[in-house]
Amino acid sequence: MSSFNDIFETYSWDDIKASIYAKTSVDVERALASPKRTLEDFKALVSPAAAPYLEQMAGISQQLTQKRFGKVVQMYVPLYLSNECNNICTYCGFSYDNKVRRKTLSPMEIMQEVAVIKDMGYDHVLLVTGEANQTVHVDYFKKTLDLIRPHFAHISMEVQPLDLEDYQQLTPYGLNTVLVYQETYHEDDYKKHHPKGKKSNFQYRLETPDRLGQAGIHKMGLGVLIGLEDWRTDCFFTALHLNYLEKRYWQSKYSLSFPRLRPFSGGLEPKVEMNDRELVQLICAYRLFNEEVELSISTRESPTFRNNIIKLGITAISAGSKTNPGGYAVEPESLEQFEISDERNPQEIARVIRAQGYEPVWKDWDNCLA
Amino acid sequence: MLTIAGKTFNSRLFTGTGKFSSSALMEDALLASGSELVTVALKRVDVKNNDQDDILIRLKYPHINLLPNTSGVRSAKEAIFAAQLAREALETNWIKLEIHPDPKYLMPDPIETLKATEELAKMGFVVLPYIHADPVLCKRLEDAGTAAVMPLGSPIGSNKGLKTIDFLEIIISQSNVPVIVDAGIGSPSDAAWALEIGADAVLVNTAIAISSNPVQMAAAFKMAVEAGRMAFEAKLALPATYAVASSPLTSFLDE
Repeated sequence: MSSFNDIFETYSWDDIKASIYAKTSVDVERALASPKRTLEDFKALVSPAAAPYLEQMAGISQQLTQKRFGKVVQMYVPLYLSNECNNICTYCGFSYDNKVRRKTLSPMEIMQEVAVIKDMGYDHVLLVTGEANQTVHVDYFKKTLDLIRPHFAHISMEVQPLDLEDYQQLTPYGLNTVLVYQETYHEDDYKKHHPKGKKSNFQYRLETPDRLGQAGIHKMGLGVLIGLEDWRTDCFFTALHLNYLEKRYWQSKYSLSFPRLRPFSGGLEPKVEMNDRELVQLICAYRLFNEEVELSISTRESPTFRNNIIKLGITAISAGSKTNPGGYAVEPESLEQFEISDERNPQEIARVIRAQGYEPVWKDWDNCLA
Repeated sequence: MLTIAGKTFNSRLFTGTGKFSSSALMEDALLASGSELVTVALKRVDVKNNDQDDILIRLKYPHINLLPNTSGVRSAKEAIFAAQLAREALETNWIKLEIHPDPKYLMPDPIETLKATEELAKMGFVVLPYIHADPVLCKRLEDAGTAAVMPLGSPIGSNKGLKTIDFLEIIISQSNVPVIVDAGIGSPSDAAWALEIGADAVLVNTAIAISSNPVQMAAAFKMAVEAGRMAFEAKLALPATYAVASSPLTSFLDE
């Protein structure tokens, strides 16, 4: 069966990168004026040539986002189930070679965490794990979904890529959304950053969204880890991937994330720095390119940045997050994936959202709908 | 006065509850609109605890009737399940069918919508289906027992106005059930236009919710809808489409 890989193989990283950096102000102005923007327009909008047009991009992004999504921001929170992992990833706290004690939550522990999350006001939860197929497998996910489903209106998952049959098995358990980030579309660099474990298979990961589409998942999330490679080129490939998926799996919704590499114990320094101005440029470029895609921001970013980005195109935000299994109640000191930058609790973030003239939305799905 | 399934409405402006910057502002805007039928997405409200839900508690006025909608479902089966849940939790048998398997443009699925309407009408629901401006589908829905039809003016949330005008006119001319233009109405003049051509009502959400002053915009829509209806009832003068020649072309016949 054909997949995104067939399209991906026809592109050269170096050519794309060169064409992005060759974009001029004429290209940017054409992109800004266009009512329906193409991938070429997207290249112009993420190029250095677009930097002087940031204010204009922000204005359009705000307007398009309000038209589609309204003056609301959805609230979600991650629930880390496990930090066991058999992969070596140079940038991740859960990397196999990081010799720290590991933890996978038991059903009872999961419920203790759920109780705290519910008290925080959440109804949308994102389940996160490393990749440890011996212990954290499809049966574990099924049991977990069964356990927590009565407590949440919407359940997302960010775990290892699974086979088509696995996704088909999990959706009836109330799995609504799956996030799977490619990390980087630079194949050689991907291999350097993932030298060991199942994750070292670039193509299997690249084709995961195809499997999700075939399984009829309601929503899937894409993105790259910013800092590994040239972000403009990596985000072009994300946009290309999104474009392909939307046309092929037209019954699924899509969301994008743009995590910047954060420090963790013994971690990698970013190869490429992306400053705040550039991150705003990227967020606006994604919105101008695609009016319907959801854009989500995590606690990796600083309070000031998060306060100000709410109005510029974001549709979902997390708050009060813990990035370690048991972080909310069971074992607050266990190994975390990365250090968060914004420590404010969900109610404080909700106040910030309201102060910006937006409504924090805690529930925007219902188990009864699927 | 507009009547749908035996219920009469003084206002021909129906409204939605999404996209507002706060639920307090939503309440004020809906009151300013004079709307008596307000649609609520089941996915957004907590039907299990509807006495505490922030949206639902703000809609408790004697003149406001709730119209739960099935936004988010992708098939007739899911829609029927959601409708039953809404009936039980919100104590109304009115349902706005929104079946859009396409989450990008939110285009309604005509096949699933027809199937769900047939089933739900048999089960005693008052069904108001959101559909494309398709005249044949409207007649099929009538046969299936729909209480009204809700054709779109343009893509939902687009504020593009009545792009489907030619098809809306056909639908209105041959409909035996009320026609409510839903989706795409971006300005009070669009709403007035829909009423002028004989639509029985309009449903407006985005244009009110995301304006800088939703309360004032809601009041503007209220007036536009009233004006449009008055104009329709007073019978609009047809615009002259041809000129009268100064030397009549057929005067030789009288010679």
